[in-house]
Amino acid sequence: MVGGWIAWFAPIVACAGIVLFGRRSKAISAALALGGMAVAFFCSCQALLQSLSPHAQAIHSTVSWVQLPGLLLELGLYWDRPAILMSLVVTGVGLMIFIYSVGYMAQERGFPRYFAFLSLFAFSMMGIVLADNFVTLFMFWELVGASSYLLIGYWYERPAAAEAGKKAFLVNRIADFGFLAGILMVWNLSGLGGMEKTLSFPALAERIPLLIHSGVLDPQTLAIAVALIFCGVLGKSAQFPLHVWLPDAMEGPTPVSAMLHAATMVAAGVYLIGRTFFLFWESPAALQLVAGIGGITALFAASLALVENDIKRVLAFSTLSQLGYMVMALGLGGYLPGAYHLTTHAFFKALLFLGAGCAIHAVHTNDIWHMGGLLKKMPVTGWTFIVGSLALCGIFPLSGFWSKDEILALAFERNLLLAWTATLTAGMTAFYMGRVVSVAFLGKPRSSHAEHAHEMPLIMTGPMLVLAVFSVIGGFIGIPAYLSAGHAHLGIHPEFNMKVALLSSAVALFGLGLAFAVYVRGARPLQGVQNSLAGVRHLLVSKFYFDEIYGWINRNIQQRFAILTDLFERYIIIGLFVNGTAKITGWTGSLVRLLQTGRVQGYALLIVLGFNLLFYWVKQWAP
Amino acid sequence: MTLAPITLNHVLLLSGILFTIGLIGVMTRRNLLLILLSLELLLSAANLAFVAFSRALGNLDGQIMVFFVMIVAAAEVTVGLAIALLLVRHSGKINADEFREMKW
Repeated sequence: MVGGWIAWFAPIVACAGIVLFGRRSKAISAALALGGMAVAFFCSCQALLQSLSPHAQAIHSTVSWVQLPGLLLELGLYWDRPAILMSLVVTGVGLMIFIYSVGYMAQERGFPRYFAFLSLFAFSMMGIVLADNFVTLFMFWELVGASSYLLIGYWYERPAAAEAGKKAFLVNRIADFGFLAGILMVWNLSGLGGMEKTLSFPALAERIPLLIHSGVLDPQTLAIAVALIFCGVLGKSAQFPLHVWLPDAMEGPTPVSAMLHAATMVAAGVYLIGRTFFLFWESPAALQLVAGIGGITALFAASLALVENDIKRVLAFSTLSQLGYMVMALGLGGYLPGAYHLTTHAFFKALLFLGAGCAIHAVHTNDIWHMGGLLKKMPVTGWTFIVGSLALCGIFPLSGFWSKDEILALAFERNLLLAWTATLTAGMTAFYMGRVVSVAFLGKPRSSHAEHAHEMPLIMTGPMLVLAVFSVIGGFIGIPAYLSAGHAHLGIHPEFNMKVALLSSAVALFGLGLAFAVYVRGARPLQGVQNSLAGVRHLLVSKFYFDEIYGWINRNIQQRFAILTDLFERYIIIGLFVNGTAKITGWTGSLVRLLQTGRVQGYALLIVLGFNLLFYWVKQWAP
Repeated sequence: MTLAPITLNHVLLLSGILFTIGLIGVMTRRNLLLILLSLELLLSAANLAFVAFSRALGNLDGQIMVFFVMIVAAAEVTVGLAIALLLVRHSGKINADEFREMKW
């Protein structure tokens, strides 16, 4: 129990330590940040060992925070098996990324600031993972948003980075408004049937199914609340149509992209669905919405990745697409496949980002067309990147194969349309990853920088090797078994389906082969096909005009409404109420001050008159 | 010819007359010293009334009160005269209506 609180608060202690003592020293700040993360990781490992014993219970501990009649807010941690797995991912993958960052950011002036923000993020993320109620979770949810803003805008002197941070924050604000409304609605619904209202997950998990089955709570009403909560997921996990911030978030340092925008933060949305799965499970309508949004995002983002030339943005779209996969899996009722894919994805996507960071560090550009031939120059980076790509494509027997296959098997059981969408996405995934590997790592160097690229030091390649090992063995370390023992009553478990496995492998190999043929062998399709592809390509490069559409809405609707409210603010609120009150007081004052003549005898006269008046009054009214 | 005995009413009347004179003095006189004198007259009028009631009611409460008033009056005169003296020294003026600084 104490371990949970330590794992939660160690990173923020590190952050405070850096702010107080480490601002001048890179060594101290790195040591503090790594120490905090290592402590958190150690505590998570301990919790894992404890939870393996057959009689282990979920660790639950709360501190009461606000106590009012009818309202009890608690700060609490609930460390069940999925939370332990997630905190292992956050602290373990996080620790690898911290170590990598020491090498990657070594030349930066803002090095201590970077580690302070990163520790703050780790603290916030642990808060989301461990929170036992909606209020705590929401607080840390917002804190994660804030640290994401700080880290995306880390190079704040670059306008693009500052803008990207702002965009991420604003898009998340929109989503979180819905989330907050959903929380309040759930709070109200939990009081149906005369029970005390609650926001605690364990209490809700017992109560909501009870309320539904006794008919007190209408599934349609619950579906509205769940859809509102899902709004938060749309923002944080960058699901369609709020996906626009994630590609821009790549303006941050690459380890940040690996940690926040691939492995952990964007997974918070998926984790939230898992954490509140009892709500989603009871409202089939909401589940359908979730599955649909996930499927759309998966396909849509994968299509955008096909034409992107910025290596980090390809990975960003790929992250979107994989998050769509997870959301779809959860929407189809598959708690287990979703959580499984979340874990394996954290390994190989963090690995891919770190590899991309090495390539960018060596070549000084994000453009894959300026790389080329890096496999020979940087063998460790190249091979680990290829391992990560193969895992992402779902090639047997890497980790991605197992988790993606569970999702596909589930989809083929539940919804054929989504299943084929997911299969098509898998093909596209293989194609764009094949494209990146072929262009950036195979073939000949395409620029002078690429010709002179060097392998990175061990402090950067070491963490990548560790992550590569987990990307390979992720399917064999018993993650699904561990999870299903904890949450056996929830969700649907698909059986391993040989046909689906063969189909997905064939699709992935086809995609990889096609990419290899086009980008290494130089195969070109027929002229007619090329012409018809040009239009599609144009649409994809412009990202389906989403930024333009949002910009238009912003300028023409939101901006005009803002002008109206600004006028109201300026003239009604400030002019009438705030300054009006001040003016009335001022006028009264200048009137009354005429009485103050400064003559003592005038005052004496007034005293006498006043006394007489008082005397007369008392005689008159109180005989 | 025999004079009518002095009753409570006579004394109270005298006290009232003294109080009125003092009040008029405070409000109409311009000289600071005369205002202070008139203030003393006000207090004396009150003292007289206290003593008269004390005698008429046959207890000593009123006389005790008079002692207190006298002590306070002595203190007040000390402070008041000191202020008046300093004012005069400071500005060379003695008329109360020439002091206009007592606003804001």
